[in-house]
Order: sequence, then C-alpha cells, then structure tokens
Amino acid sequence: MKNLNFLQPDNNNLSTYLYTGATLVSLSIFIVFLNSFFSKDVISFLPDTISFLLPLILGFIGLHLIRIDYSGLKFLDTINKNINTNNFNAFLSLLIVFVVIKSLPPLLSWFIIDANIAGDSKDVCTGSGACWTYIKIWFNRFMYGMYPNPEQWRINLSFIALAFLGCIGFFATEKFKKYLTLYYVIIYPVIAFFFIFFFISGGPIFFDFSYGIIAAVISIVLGFFIPSKFKMYYFIIVPITFYILLKYVFFYEELIELGKLEALEWVETGAWGGLSLTFIVSFFCLIFCFPIGLFLSLGRRSDLPIIKYISIGMIEFWRGVPLITVLFMSSVMFPMFLPEDMFIDKLVRVIIAISLFEAAYVAEVIRGGLQALPRGQYDAAKSLGMGYWKMHILVILPQALKLVIPGIANTFLALVKDTPLIFVVGLLEIVGMLNLAKTNPEWLGFAMEGYVFASVLFFIICYAMSKYSYNLEQKYKTER
Amino acid sequence: MSDKIIQITEMNKWFGDFQVLKNINLEVEKNKKIVVCGPSGSGKSTLIRCINRLEEHQQGSIIVDGNELTEDTKDIEKIRAEVGMVFQQFNLFPHLSILDNCTLAPIWVKKMPKKDAEELALQHLEKVQIADQANKYPGQLSGGQQQRCAIARALCMEPKIMLFDEPTSALDPEMIKEVLDAMVNLAKAGMTMIVVTHEMGFAKEVADEVIFMDEGMIVERAETKEFFANPKSDRTKLFLSQIL
Repeated sequence: MKNLNFLQPDNNNLSTYLYTGATLVSLSIFIVFLNSFFSKDVISFLPDTISFLLPLILGFIGLHLIRIDYSGLKFLDTINKNINTNNFNAFLSLLIVFVVIKSLPPLLSWFIIDANIAGDSKDVCTGSGACWTYIKIWFNRFMYGMYPNPEQWRINLSFIALAFLGCIGFFATEKFKKYLTLYYVIIYPVIAFFFIFFFISGGPIFFDFSYGIIAAVISIVLGFFIPSKFKMYYFIIVPITFYILLKYVFFYEELIELGKLEALEWVETGAWGGLSLTFIVSFFCLIFCFPIGLFLSLGRRSDLPIIKYISIGMIEFWRGVPLITVLFMSSVMFPMFLPEDMFIDKLVRVIIAISLFEAAYVAEVIRGGLQALPRGQYDAAKSLGMGYWKMHILVILPQALKLVIPGIANTFLALVKDTPLIFVVGLLEIVGMLNLAKTNPEWLGFAMEGYVFASVLFFIICYAMSKYSYNLEQKYKTER
Repeated sequence: MSDKIIQITEMNKWFGDFQVLKNINLEVEKNKKIVVCGPSGSGKSTLIRCINRLEEHQQGSIIVDGNELTEDTKDIEKIRAEVGMVFQQFNLFPHLSILDNCTLAPIWVKKMPKKDAEELALQHLEKVQIADQANKYPGQLSGGQQQRCAIARALCMEPKIMLFDEPTSALDPEMIKEVLDAMVNLAKAGMTMIVVTHEMGFAKEVADEVIFMDEGMIVERAETKEFFANPKSDRTKLFLSQIL
C-alpha cells in the first residue's frame, strides 16, 4: 500500500478509497433510513446538533473519497459524472437522497399502509391514511356523472367502439394510408358525433336499425359481384336505395318486428358528467378548435383586408376574455339573442364556446410556425406555379405545423385541463363531480382523496397526450 | 408570333421610396442564353424575380410568352408554370424527399399521373446526376447536390424559360463546378436561360449575350465576346477589371 492522501484520492489506492467511501455513504444513508422508517435514532448518544448533521457529514466525506477520475470502473465513473462532480453537487445529491428517504414513509403510509379500501361505508375509514373506499363507492359517479346506472352500457359501448375505430390507423395497409387523413379529419368525428348523439344522448332516431342492417348486409353481399370500377358509386347509392325500398315498399311496419331496436331512453346532457363528459368535451373541442385556429392564422396573414381584420378581431377578442366569462355568457346571455322557439343544447353551446376560445390560441401558435418559415419556401412554391391553397396545403402548412407540434400540444393540454370550468354552466365533469361529492353530508372530509384521484387521472391523460405529441415530432423529423 | 419570348418595356419598380429598377427595356429571344452581372444591389435579382412576378413592377409592361403580367392571378400561375426558377438558397422543400420535391408540382399543378411524374423526375435527376439520391431528404445532401436537385425540380415542370438567381453564390468552390456543369448541359440542350451570376467563366462559355447592370439600370448589353473584349462604358470596364 502506498501512502494514502485522504484529501486527494487517486487511482493508486482505488480499492481502499472505494471501500472506505462506499461504507461511509451507506452508513449515512442507513442512519437516515432507520430514523425515517423505524423512528430509531441510533446516534442519539451524540449531542443534538452533531447527531442531526452526522449523516450529512459522513456521506459528504464518503462521496469525496470515491470521487476518483478515470477509475476504470464503469459504475463508479457514471456516478461521479452524474451526481458527484464536485463538493457542491455531492452535497446536493446527498440532500435529495435524504429528503426522498425522509418523505417516503409518510407518503407510503397515507397512500397504502394506513389506507382503507375494504367495506362500503365511511365507517371503515378509521386509519390515519387515505380512505379509498370513498373513491370506490363514488367511482361510478366520477366516471358517468348523473347518468342513470342501467343506461351506462351506452357510454361504455360508444367509448369502446370509438377507441377501436380510432386505432384503425395503426392497422391500415399501404393502400389505405392515403385516406387516413380524410378519415381522421372528417369521417371519424362524424361517426363520433353519431355515437354520442344516438347512443349516449338517445336522440331522436331517424334511422331504423333493422332495415338499415338488412340493407347493409344485402348490399355488401351483392358488392362482391360488382366490378371494382363502379364500387365507389355502388356503395354510396345502393344501400340507401335498398333501405328506402325495404322500408316503404316491401315491408310495412306491422309486418316486420325482426330485430327492431327499441328507441333508447333520452338522457339530457345535464345528467351527463364525470370523466366521460371530460372526454366528450375535450374530444370535440380539440377537433373543432384546430381547423378554426388554422383558418384564423391563415386569415390573419392574408392580403385581403376584410378577412385579415375579421381574423385579427376574432383572435384578439377570444384571447382577451377569460374562459369562465365566455362559458357564462354562452349559457346565460347567448339564449337571449336566439328566437323564442330555438333551442341549442347547453353542452353544444359550451363546446362551441371552448372551441372558439382555444382556436384563438391555436391560431397564434400556428402563426408562429408560419412566420418561422423562410420566404424562400413561398418563392419556390410560387415559382412552380402553385396557387395560394396548393402552396399552403402542399408546402407551407406541412412544415409550419411540424414546427408547432410542441406549441399545439401545449394548447391542447391546457384545453383538457380547462374543461373543469364548465361547472359554471352546471355541467359537472370529473372535478365538478368531486366538488359535489365533497359536499355530500355523509361523506364530508374526503376532499383530499378525491383530488388525488382526479390529479392521477388528469396526469395519465395529459402525459399520454404529451408522449403522443413527442412521437409525432420524431415521426415527422426529416432534418439531418 | 415573334420569337421574342420575353419583352420588357419601360419597366420601373420601387421599394417604398427607393427606385430599384429604372426604365428597363429588355427583349429575349427564344433559345438565347443571357447572363446578367453587376455589383450587388444593382437590381439584377429583382429584375429576374419580376419576370415571374415574385416581385410586382409598378410601371411598364412585361410580356412573357405572349402573356402580359397583370394583377390576374390565373395568368400569373400559368406563366409561372412555364418559367422555371432556381434560387441562391436552393429552397428545396425540406419535408419531402428529393423525388417528391420533383414530382410535387407536376402532379398537383399539371395534373400529371403519379407514375409519369416519377419517371420524368428520375429522368431529370439522372441528367443532373443525382438519381441515386432520389429517396433522401434535402437535409441529407450537400449544397451542390441540393442545387442540382433544385434545377431538376424546375425542369420537371418542362418550362420554356429558366431563370437562375445566383445559383452558385451559396456554394463551396468545389461544388460550384458540378452545378455549373449541369447548367452548361442544360444550355447545350437549347433552353432559354437568364442567369444572374458572378461566374464569368460560365458567361464566356455559354452566354450569347451579357447584360451589365448598375444602380437599377441596364448599363451595357453586348454579345459575349464583344462584352469581354472591348466593353464600352467606363463602369463596365471598372467592374470587369475588378473581377477578372
């Protein structure tokens, strides 16, 4: 063993330094661990100040001893490079580790160890921890709001079907890839609307399912024998003809009861709520605010003065007012301007209001992207003979939108988290339901659990969205 | 129909209060190659940008292939489709592959079927010798390759006139040659070309005529040999003595 210089650890006595240092660090962590998890103060025989600081001092010396450059040990080098580059960083690293160890036991005990989930009344919640029973009992309400229990399969069915239809893009073959944009931009929202209108709301049915299904089956079977050249027209015209023939010519109402669906019970939008309402509002607002924002941003850069000033006015107006007042106006003021017998559903009004509000933000984000493009791109597109729309759709927007994916994701996340504000018009999505449950006399005092539950749900939704936006960014990256 | 493919008469242009182009008269015959040179700020880029109306002129008239450039956008798009342009900064579309860059306009502007457009694009890419890079993105190519791709992209519209706006000024000396070679080949194939450039070697090799511009005016226009052998105005002499 060569002479040891503890102030200047070096590579010659690597193992000595390493073992001493590692022992000291583990010792300090162990002391804090015992203290935190088992409330045992093993160094209580020392004076108060010293016993308080001892783990820090021990760990600090330990980290100093293992700070050896180019030790040749991969693990050690990684640690040194990342958390132990100098004395100050070593100190901070230790502090963070200690704080984590210190705060784990109370968190664990609140969330898991002392928490209750069994039983179905508030009496079981005797421990000092969280009362998950509360969430369990109210889970149904948090998901579906005041939607009648026996009808909730309609929401489930719609959401599962829509999720399935939404995943089609992942399974599409090369041949159908080019139609995907059309599908997601136009067809999918329309299908979603139908699901929500007919299933969740149980709106007036103008389409008789039994005839519809028979017509569809017959026309699909016949479709195999039609030359592919005419298929497009065939599938647009024939099913409708069949449907009309079936309904009005071949069968009379009295003659066929086969598989006829009973009309669904109508559930007014005021009764919708919970997480499903959050999804519905967010989904439609996201779908509507994007194209509106896109057109506003193009309008604001237009050369035509009327379009330009209307766009500027719209953007500045919607950006200038708080969302809560917009929602309030949409529900209180707006109906006053409508004719007596005209009625627009509260939920529809809210969706329109939020869409316009967020569209203004989206417009400005997109405008940022449009301005970031060099003028040469416009020149090049024009010099190839493209007009305004071709230039924008083929050249400018693909690049600009790619640039603003992070900004758009930002706005969309904000939108999702703004949805709780619809409580001002009496629509209770998940946070609204929480507030309602919180004030229930039987379940007073469990606000904490509710908010934790809602934050976890929101976090999952928002994190998924942000991950997705990041994936999009990577997918469309064509720079070197 | 005369074979004058571009006719500019008494054209004036201002940027705000500043007059960039003063009383320009220029006629270009079919299949002629014209080099425009002059010090920077003399308005040569603006002049050729006016020819496909990337800049608007305020006075005078510009007639390209029998169509006058006016406010009417339909006409302008038609003229632009017949006039190819190559820029100093290449201006390729970075979100599309090289092949898609070349097929975009033929497919969407000329309504060419995709297969034909791709064949045509590959032909032109072959001519400028980057057919092997067709599936890469512009960001993955060198400057010279990008500029050759830009030439191919313009050619895919099968233009009657090609405008070059300092095509080699943003390139390394080594890459200048490959771009100039592509342009020389194009010239030999009989294209009508107007080239703004400082490459006097290129001018001597291919140009039929050279135009010298200064302070927004055409100072001298002469046959290439004549222009280099005995320039008439003093300003031209000074310019030539500085760059040769």
